[in-house]
Amino acid sequence: MSFMNWIDKRIPFSNTMKLHVTEYPAPKNFNFWYLMGSLAIVVLVNQIVTGIWLTMNYNPSAEGAFASIEYIMRDVEYGWLLRYMHSTGASAFFVVIYLHMFRGMMYGSYQKPRELLWIFGMLIFLVLMAEAFMGYLLPWGQMSYWGAQVIISLFSAIPVVGDELTTWIRGDYVISGATLNRFFALHVIALPLVIVILVFLHLIALHEVGSNNPEGVDNKKPKGTVKPEDQAQFKFHPRYTDKYDIVDAIPFHPYYTVKDIVGLVVFLILCSLVIFYAPTMGGFFLEPPNFEAADPMRTPEHIAPVWYFTPFYAILRAVPDKLLGVVAMGGAIVMLALLPWLDRSKARSIRYRSTLHKVNLTQFAISFVILGYLGAMPATDLYTLMARICTVLYFGFFIFLFLYSKNEKIKPLPERLLK
Amino acid sequence: MMKRFLIALAFLLPAAVMAAPYSGPLDKADIDQSDKASLQRGAQIYMNFCLACHSMQYQRYSRTFDDLGIPADLGEEFLQFTGTPGSHKFSAIDREASAEWFGLAPPDLTMVARVRGADWLYTYFRSFYEDDSRPFGVNNEVFENVGMPHVLQELQGIPRKTYERRMVDGEMREVYVGIKSDGSGSLSEDEFDQAMLDLTNFLVYTGEPMILERQRMGMFVIGFLLVLLILSILLKKEYWRDVK
Repeated sequence: MSFMNWIDKRIPFSNTMKLHVTEYPAPKNFNFWYLMGSLAIVVLVNQIVTGIWLTMNYNPSAEGAFASIEYIMRDVEYGWLLRYMHSTGASAFFVVIYLHMFRGMMYGSYQKPRELLWIFGMLIFLVLMAEAFMGYLLPWGQMSYWGAQVIISLFSAIPVVGDELTTWIRGDYVISGATLNRFFALHVIALPLVIVILVFLHLIALHEVGSNNPEGVDNKKPKGTVKPEDQAQFKFHPRYTDKYDIVDAIPFHPYYTVKDIVGLVVFLILCSLVIFYAPTMGGFFLEPPNFEAADPMRTPEHIAPVWYFTPFYAILRAVPDKLLGVVAMGGAIVMLALLPWLDRSKARSIRYRSTLHKVNLTQFAISFVILGYLGAMPATDLYTLMARICTVLYFGFFIFLFLYSKNEKIKPLPERLLK
Repeated sequence: MMKRFLIALAFLLPAAVMAAPYSGPLDKADIDQSDKASLQRGAQIYMNFCLACHSMQYQRYSRTFDDLGIPADLGEEFLQFTGTPGSHKFSAIDREASAEWFGLAPPDLTMVARVRGADWLYTYFRSFYEDDSRPFGVNNEVFENVGMPHVLQELQGIPRKTYERRMVDGEMREVYVGIKSDGSGSLSEDEFDQAMLDLTNFLVYTGEPMILERQRMGMFVIGFLLVLLILSILLKKEYWRDVK
């Protein structure tokens, strides 16, 4: 391969491929939950590619935005397909990311030495929420407009600078063409760029510390402690084998690439069912009022954020004070980011942790889903009470975890990854 | 003022209500997007009774004719009253003047079916009733105090809320039994229901004119993916034989 030699003398292509793909030691016991990272990358690429083509025909102005979306839907060849792929992709992104995060919580993937990996992930989640929020304004429908109005007005709760800050964000005293233009710039250039960089850092950090797995025990043992016949019988990059004896691992490619393709195809089938047969997903992915152009003089009957924001929106509404509500909403995300330091357990994986922890994590997941439902519904007395209970349970998860995890009674950890 | 408005917004929005939305039962609109005859009849009703006030500014005449199987020359002669074949369907009404006449300019209806849903439209069309207290002499059960006249009176006749004396819990009472036409319209009750179903069908079509295309394409895409799924499972099994 003289051509590859020529390349490799000038840029470390083959070595990088080996280091991160063909000779990267991945634990061999990955299950369904470990698919989500790959899917997230595929969805990110889908959003970027369909986004580029949508941008070609979109008109980022208050006067032309709504009509240009319908132009894309009706007059651009396969424009409707691009738009539905993009809108479905946005929701699919959050489905995948929420499952990815829950995987991390179940198997303790945030614990030492993966704290920074988890922090990069949380940053991606934050920027992704900003990206989705700004993208939702672009169709300039009723829900785009009023949803943005509600969320941006939250900043006015900040003492002293709140009102000034809100005006600064909007670039106007109300949501207007000025807001639309800046959101467009941030949505198509600034934030995607930040996301791509953060994803890169997330992957570099992952490969530095190595992947966790459902057992939560390391597959890298100190050099010289494992007999050669017990080590993984594959060739791995010297970067990993020089320092460690690798057990129960397989190269990422071809084993996980061919495995992830199976999961990817199933995922694409599910996405296709939405794109081709239920593009609005019953009003959850595309809300009905958004098929009406934004009208600053007329408020929709019921304003609800898109489903992926509703758990946090429910927490915001559950708190009677506006400023404290905003603080609680932010705190809900900060708590997640602090997990590596809140969880002091010796075991990573839920498989070896106490019943108390299993109950706690289960109630957290249930509370989160209920909050998601409540955030999409009008705030009646009963719903507000439920939202308050679930908010307490949501934060309770982290507080309990901090209290019991240090002296938690865990099952004995295995030496090796079980089959 | 603005600040108070925004604060009120943040707290009350979920409960903020313009007019109480109709929450009663809706009649099921049993529509069929592949029924071209129904779509053509619906288009005919729309062009003759609705388009004068309600534009369809995102839908082109030529696209409508193509999708509905209407020959272009016939379409232009019988269904197109303004613009060129390629143009969007704008109403003849002046928006500013109409805003004064009705209190609100008649909204564009290209995507009304995506906002309201087919069942709502089908029920709404058949829920006008005589009400002398309203400016146009009619009200609507589904859309209370609606600002438009009953433009289909020519077809339906004058709809009235009708009551019957019935035995309820052992005493005779006046019971509301629904809206009945006085029979002065050109269509019978069944014919009118069918016409409204056609109109609903047409509005669902204009809301998403690619609906049949996307459903057809979906079968090919998912069919392809199913084949790919089988191949990818076989490929995975082949590779993973090495992993013990």
